Amino acid sequence: MKLVEYTGAPLARRAGAKGVIALAGNPNVGKSTVFNGLTGMKQHTGNWPGKTVSGASGVCGDLILVDLPGTYSLFARSAEEDVAREYICFGDSDAVAVVCDAVCLERNLNLVLQIAETAKRLIVCVNLMDEAKKKRIGIDLALLSDRLGVPVVGTAARDRRSLRSLREEMEKCASGGIPRSGIRISYPPVIESASKTVEDALSDRCSGLSPRWVSLRLLEGDPELTAGINEHLGYDITSVPEVAEALASAVGLLNENGLSRDRVRDSLASSVVAEAERICEGVVTCGDPHTESRDRRIDRILTGKLTGYPIMLFLLAVIFWITITGANYPSELLSDLFGRLEKQITRLFFALGSPEWLHGVLVLGGYRVLAWVVSVMLPPMAVFFPLFTLLEDLGYLPRVAYNLDRPFKCCGSCGKQALTMCMGFGCNAVGVTGCRIIDSPRERLLAVITNSFVPCNGRFPTLIALISMFFVGTAAGGLSSVLSALALTGVILLGITATFAVTGLLSGTLLKGVPSSFTLELPPYRRPQIGRIIVRSVLDRTLFVLGRAAAVAAPAGIIIWLTSNITVGGESILSICAGFLNPLGTLMGLDGVILIAFILGFPANEIVLPIIIMAYTAQGSLAGMEGLDSVRSLLAENGWSWITAACTVLFSLFHWPCSTTLLTIKKETGSLKWTAIAAAVPTAIGIASCIVFAAVARLF
Amino acid sequence: MNESITLKELRPGCRAVVSGMSSSGSMRRRLMDIGLTENTTVECVGRSAAGDPSAYLIRGAVIAIRSEDSEKITVRIRR
Repeated sequence: MKLVEYTGAPLARRAGAKGVIALAGNPNVGKSTVFNGLTGMKQHTGNWPGKTVSGASGVCGDLILVDLPGTYSLFARSAEEDVAREYICFGDSDAVAVVCDAVCLERNLNLVLQIAETAKRLIVCVNLMDEAKKKRIGIDLALLSDRLGVPVVGTAARDRRSLRSLREEMEKCASGGIPRSGIRISYPPVIESASKTVEDALSDRCSGLSPRWVSLRLLEGDPELTAGINEHLGYDITSVPEVAEALASAVGLLNENGLSRDRVRDSLASSVVAEAERICEGVVTCGDPHTESRDRRIDRILTGKLTGYPIMLFLLAVIFWITITGANYPSELLSDLFGRLEKQITRLFFALGSPEWLHGVLVLGGYRVLAWVVSVMLPPMAVFFPLFTLLEDLGYLPRVAYNLDRPFKCCGSCGKQALTMCMGFGCNAVGVTGCRIIDSPRERLLAVITNSFVPCNGRFPTLIALISMFFVGTAAGGLSSVLSALALTGVILLGITATFAVTGLLSGTLLKGVPSSFTLELPPYRRPQIGRIIVRSVLDRTLFVLGRAAAVAAPAGIIIWLTSNITVGGESILSICAGFLNPLGTLMGLDGVILIAFILGFPANEIVLPIIIMAYTAQGSLAGMEGLDSVRSLLAENGWSWITAACTVLFSLFHWPCSTTLLTIKKETGSLKWTAIAAAVPTAIGIASCIVFAAVARLF
Repeated sequence: MNESITLKELRPGCRAVVSGMSSSGSMRRRLMDIGLTENTTVECVGRSAAGDPSAYLIRGAVIAIRSEDSEKITVRIRR
């Protein structure tokens, strides 16, 4: 699998920028919130590790800030950590601001010290001071700054004022007003003297890297860091005779003292941890065990043997129920509004004397599909996204990963796959990128290939519409929305089952291997900021996804109108194509039109249902906007039974990923083969399950 | 009196001090980076719904570790 490259936008210095500052830190310490606060950008944030997988850059005054993925250490294990390490060690930043979690400062200092050793200019930002205060953890920032020899700023990222002093420090730092970190971690004497030997040989060969840092890395022999160093220098440093000689004698000295390479690594790592411990003594005063026990009580319920899984299912169903119920009314309202607007537009068109075909293309084609997409898509998204963001903010998602690790391990994967699936609920392309949080390349590939089994937001409205039309009835009673929610939960569970089955199957065949080890941090539960969640998730996510869908919907509407109105030999192009696909469609319990709709829906799944409806109406344009009842009767007139609906639901769940997702898979895996497999596997499952389902259902 | 067991055997709600680690490679490094070195106090705070992995409070943070990794870590409990 391809190594992930740094993808965070422009790294080249912009004209006028005084400096570039990288924002590093452990996962889930609120880096993105700090970043957003400083740059005024709106990167999505969430209370779970691994949210920022690629990194972003933004402008803060005269500075360029680079938000790096969370990492525990410079000795990376996962692809996202690679991104952070490469940039911290070898990137072009003028300084690194390390964002720390005030609640577990000592652990965070490990990374601070590792970065300090690279001799970069350093600013330490102790974030989440508000949470520490709540837990009655006291932190002496002045003493910490004194001991580290670098500026230390305490922040509560949700409070903008505290960010001001951080910004001031950054500006000072960029203008060279702050000396490089003077901290020197002391290692056992043997290692010190071995390192000294190599350092002397390296002398001025390190082009900007710290000789001490390079010599320590050579001694412990981390293959990736060594490769990074050589790449940075442009030649193999160990091929320089003096360096090779010094290295050999240093390693000899270490071996004489019983220090193998592994022991050296251990000793270096534990020296850093011990240093962090020493620094924290007196800086951190102990907290209140009360909040800790609150979290443990919540965990006992949310991850309990008897309660863990039922609560997970229950939450899923409740979210769907709220989405369906909450979306019902605004959806009708929008549909009415667009209907009325259409009449006005039509009148305008004819008043201006426009030809029939122009009205057909633009209004009956483009406008109607766009209006359908907006009125059917917008309300469920506007409800679903905030709810989901709420769960994210609370810190529930890592618990899902924790609960599902065992089942995933049985399929040769790990619980972090559950996190990538959660991202897939929003958008599969995002889910695929999110797979970088998975350490082992094999497990990452498994998660990438199976991500589209989770229906994204483009497919939800289709599923909801079909379920409520054919399986529950559109009567808006309380019971019917509960039934819809349960049915939708069932569909999702089917997708999850497929995820497990395919993951297991692939681990036994194409992607053989044993599950690798894994660690997962369970962050403290945080009180979500409801107002912010609503604003952010509606503005950033909902409108973004909607915009993308709309951009595809209008042109697709025009194409459909044209293909169904241009005739060849008395038959429209659309019906010729549909006729061609009809045999396969019928075999799958669908028909040719539905298959065409899925094919045309390749750029965006949102438009599948409107295309079907449009193709059925005699004029080849989307029927009036009188709500789902009229759509249901239109579908029934065109031969839809409950079997057709069920097969459409199945195929919507299992078919090729949309174009954006496939492009992302290609980018992430760097392999056409795996991209093809990621498209072929769900398609094959979809075709097979539709055929089997239709055949069995027709028996009854 | 001190009793030596593996971290895997540490019951939820109990504390112990790390006395040794036989994990290897990148996992060993990862465990050290999250602060699991000798003489660190750890507390088992619970097990997942499926019984594995378990969650441990290590230097202020709660980290889930699988049993095949936690059995490679030996800890001392004060009895």
